Amino acid sequence: MNPDIIELVLITIVTAATPLVIAGVGELVVERSGVLNLGVEGMMIVGAAIGFAAAFLTGSALIGALAAIASGMLMSALFGLLAIGLAANQVASGLALTILGLGTAGLAGAGFVGQKRDSVPHLYIPGLSDLPFVGKLIFGQDPFVYLGVALVAGVAWFLRRTRAGLTLRAVGENHASAHALGMRVRRIRFLAVLFGGACAGLAGGYLSLVYTPFWSPGMTAGRGWIALALVVFASWRPWRVYAGALLFGGATVLQLHAQAASIGLPGQLLSALPYLATILALVVLSARDRRGSIAPGSLGAPFVPDR
Amino acid sequence: MKRLLTIATALTLSLAGSAFAQNTGKLKIGFVYVGPVGDFGYSYQHDQGRQALQKALGDKVETTFLENVPENDSERSIEQLARTGHKLIFTTSFGFMDPTLKVAKRYPNVFFEHATGFKRDKNVATYSAKFHEGRYIIGQIAGKMTKTNTIGYVASFPIPEVVSGINAFIRGAQTVNPNIKVKIVWANTWFDPGKEADAAKALLAQGADIISQHTDSAAPLQEAEKAGKLGFGQASDMERFAPKAQLTSIVDDWSTYYISRAKLVLENKWTSTDTWDGIGDKAVVMAPFKNMPDDVKKMAEETTAAIAGGKLHPFKCPVLDQAGKDQCKPGAAALEDGQILGMNWYVKGIDDKVPQ
Repeated sequence: MNPDIIELVLITIVTAATPLVIAGVGELVVERSGVLNLGVEGMMIVGAAIGFAAAFLTGSALIGALAAIASGMLMSALFGLLAIGLAANQVASGLALTILGLGTAGLAGAGFVGQKRDSVPHLYIPGLSDLPFVGKLIFGQDPFVYLGVALVAGVAWFLRRTRAGLTLRAVGENHASAHALGMRVRRIRFLAVLFGGACAGLAGGYLSLVYTPFWSPGMTAGRGWIALALVVFASWRPWRVYAGALLFGGATVLQLHAQAASIGLPGQLLSALPYLATILALVVLSARDRRGSIAPGSLGAPFVPDR
Repeated sequence: MKRLLTIATALTLSLAGSAFAQNTGKLKIGFVYVGPVGDFGYSYQHDQGRQALQKALGDKVETTFLENVPENDSERSIEQLARTGHKLIFTTSFGFMDPTLKVAKRYPNVFFEHATGFKRDKNVATYSAKFHEGRYIIGQIAGKMTKTNTIGYVASFPIPEVVSGINAFIRGAQTVNPNIKVKIVWANTWFDPGKEADAAKALLAQGADIISQHTDSAAPLQEAEKAGKLGFGQASDMERFAPKAQLTSIVDDWSTYYISRAKLVLENKWTSTDTWDGIGDKAVVMAPFKNMPDDVKKMAEETTAAIAGGKLHPFKCPVLDQAGKDQCKPGAAALEDGQILGMNWYVKGIDDKVPQ
């Protein structure tokens, strides 16, 4: 394989991983606060529809991205109202959110089917972006790729190094104790859910603004569910979400390239590779983390403050 | 809250009520789609057919459609149409086959039409289109237009419809370019724009300069446009996604069939039939030939006319398989329809294996 193809494969892997990273790290924050929001797919698809619509009407990708974030937050607020405000079952509310999202997105995007936009410009730094092999990979991506890395770094720092991050983790580990200590459990959780919604909306926007710049119903094609699985796979640690997304995106992209290069392995085996890789990584990880459950202690449990 | 509920109930009732339309003397026709009408592909084209039917027979018919109907839970949707006075019902996806037959047994006075299936009954007809005829034409165009002699083919699933499409494509290409190679990537999905785009990228990286696709989104074509290469649309005219890259597109046009079937019901002449229409019947239409020199365009138009006139068959004998064995029945002029509908082998010239 010549270096150009290897660089192209690596670039494709990073872009394929980006929507998973953005949505995944948002859901990670939600789950670290003790809430399980299964509506990622629904929020993503709404973000994709609204993001594209806004960008198409205004001609600005930035406004599109902001609209995608806002619509994701709006969807998550609805979930927060049900699951946190009314302490409804989180699994049921999350699934309902996905179904609602798929329908809403289809309705909102109906007028924009068959329209297309140009993708957003990629970074270009004279000299650096022209470097052989690594130039385009490191210095020539679209803005969302850098944003994805920044988000992961930011969340990792927030959870580990800040007081607010500690509070959020405390709420997720044991909401009763956190409440007894005077922490405002429901408010913190609601904010975390909003952050998750913003990320999911943005990830959807990435699909319809950059990855394949058009709108089509169902275009997220299950990526929200993969992002959800990545959080578990990453044992709730931000950088592992990134690694997992690269692994998953990498296996998917590599098998397509392997087919195109006629390596001669059967297509079904190649298609199964991403999932085999995921299972393998899960086995390795859980063998290492045997000491105890790594999930946030209060994950998925509704909280009703007793007075 | 209670008031809200009352309003909601009233709304539901009135909606349901409208389905039981008063007998206006119009023929009620129902359509069941597997996808959203906004997919700009398969279901979209069926809905274009419905709209053409409504327009053509305006005051004599009334059409209804149900979209996003899951195949494994379609029986109640089909039954709902039958129960609400629809006399002609089109179910447009392969997986609706058994549910359609079941409902048809319970409603012997309603006529059903099932697309792409093979089971019929007294009141159930079947219909499909010869998409491989279009594939032969785009193969010829690709054979002329390629500079690298390498075509990228984004395929969905190894079912006969897709395999026969690949075979027709390469047979067309071989008539003008004996050195042509086709690289096939199975995306294992009908619709996932991101993955389809990645598959196209992989093919472009391997030296393909023309992208052909048998998946439903415009993403592979758009990838070709981005790379400054060429490609073909799928199911509908996708020119607006790739004005510089789209050479043509194989468009499904169901309107002629839908109008003729509705007319038969109006004239009380409907019978259960099996229809497999192609370019000659205008069920498969080629989008305008663009982005190519005049001689290639002329060739494509002549091939289209020859197929339409029945002078050219994409699987004209001999049809050699990869081992070089002629698959034709002795004395046959072309492969039989059944052989094409069940195709699970590649023709000579494809350097790959059908995934089993």
